Amino acid sequence: MPELCGIELETPVINASGTYDAIAARETFGDALLEDFPFAAFVSKTITPEARAGNAPRRIWETPAGMINSIGLPNKGLDGFLAADLPRLAELPVPLIVSIMATTREDFARCLERVAARREVAAIELNISCPNVHSGLIVGENPNETEALMDALRGLTEKPLIVKLTPNTADPAAVAAGAERGGADAVSLINTLKATAVDPATGEPALGNGYGGLSGPAVRPVALEQLRSVRAAVGLPIIGMGGISSGADAAEFLALGAAVVAVGTESFRDPRAGSRVATELESSLLSERSTVPALDLD
Amino acid sequence: MTAPFGRRLCEVAANRESGGYRVVSLLDREGPAPEPGQFYMLAAAAGWGARDGRAFLPRAISVAETSPAAGGGARLDFLLDAIGPGTERLCGLVPGEEVWLTGPLGNTFASPREVVPDAAGAVLVGGGVGVAPLALLRKRFSEHGVPHRVLLGFRDRVHQGGLDLFCGSSGALCPEVRLATEDGHAGVQGRVTDLLLPILAGDDAASGVVYTCGPPAMLEAVRALCAEHGVACELALESPMACGFGACFGCAVPTPGGGFLRLCVDGPVLRGDQVEEVSHAYA
Repeated sequence: MPELCGIELETPVINASGTYDAIAARETFGDALLEDFPFAAFVSKTITPEARAGNAPRRIWETPAGMINSIGLPNKGLDGFLAADLPRLAELPVPLIVSIMATTREDFARCLERVAARREVAAIELNISCPNVHSGLIVGENPNETEALMDALRGLTEKPLIVKLTPNTADPAAVAAGAERGGADAVSLINTLKATAVDPATGEPALGNGYGGLSGPAVRPVALEQLRSVRAAVGLPIIGMGGISSGADAAEFLALGAAVVAVGTESFRDPRAGSRVATELESSLLSERSTVPALDLD
Repeated sequence: MTAPFGRRLCEVAANRESGGYRVVSLLDREGPAPEPGQFYMLAAAAGWGARDGRAFLPRAISVAETSPAAGGGARLDFLLDAIGPGTERLCGLVPGEEVWLTGPLGNTFASPREVVPDAAGAVLVGGGVGVAPLALLRKRFSEHGVPHRVLLGFRDRVHQGGLDLFCGSSGALCPEVRLATEDGHAGVQGRVTDLLLPILAGDDAASGVVYTCGPPAMLEAVRALCAEHGVACELALESPMACGFGACFGCAVPTPGGGFLRLCVDGPVLRGDQVEEVSHAYA
């Protein structure tokens, strides 16, 4: 059975943070969502210390084999999440990973302590990479900043800490190494690639925020190369993602050394994409031939 | 009512011309019958992405007509205008092809008395391809004996269609339907708001509820006119939408108190007072 930092998973397929609102999906699809939940673990949208409304529209733009989003991390804030959302997410039949982000180490520490203290939470993902808000770039672009943040957070919980890497930096492998030195239990990659679009009707930037992050199959080759280079630099388990839309795609990430894969944008096109990818992966020849085992350094 | 979980393949039963638009009919063997205002996410099973990697995302399309299908399930009619790679592909579907479909999604229109307790009737105001959800709403109002008038506006012959959805069994336009066209080729020359204004100015206007769907500028004009005359209205909005089930947070609509609604799960039907201003930026 696949596992991630000691968390047993039914399949190696989870979701990418910010691409699935399990609460809204349950209201839309009913309890069928729980009976056939598409992911082996659920990663929440990123939670910030205070509530955020998100970016001004327009927020999404379709691109060749992908899309740009400029959502801006709308969320209820730490208090709202813990009070309203966490109890409902705890009803999901899979382990829960909560993504958090803050602009200062103190706020990061506060979020981490309060989230990690909740029994329902299996692991915490640290979003140091979201390109939609200015705060995320600074830490995730810099190996020393990343290591320093991990130094500040590592002692606060024994639960697994997953560092979500940004692809929008010259050397993601060096940042991953900084995360490892600081005591991360795993890294996840890639987040979206900084991108923009022009509205042909106006000649102006199409997105309300001016720019956003590119995702979908268009980014998959970039994700694979970042995975390869990070794999070479660190011994940590890696959650690989970026344009995975089939089992064959997922097998490529596993072949390059990802322990687990995440499905993001494809869930927009297919609400059960996670289940489909897992099923296809099982029967994927490439997966069977793969000689690269998932690393377990526990 | 919840939608079946996941997308499903549906067969194209028909694709016919309707003025300058197309009416594409799908056979949904599994889903419940949709309510007026609800929508589906649609993507052709083949040839999606054939134009420079687009269409990539499914398209959110509101249902214009539904009926029980021979052999079980529901027949779903969608009114489509080819304005980009997604709608062009959907307009080109041929019977026997398959379409990925998720839904029915979103909310439905409230009855006039749910909006205004002593409401006497309804005024439906549609523009362009946005007349689609009002066709199904008009049918419901007729079935339930809700007094209603229908005002439809179109730019010109090319940008006009779906009128057959507002026809009775005789094939003639229902008597309660009035047209405005900007080029004057049919109905009154002008805009649909020219037909609405005298109704809103009438003594009994406040006892009616306005239901509207259409292009952003028209929706904003209708919303503002209703607000000015103290008439309740419900707007079926459209917004760029990747998923249709609350996952992507792309379809954000600003609200008067600040913050945003997600049109897919909080709408697509919103009360006039839930919307600050209908803008091209999100509609």
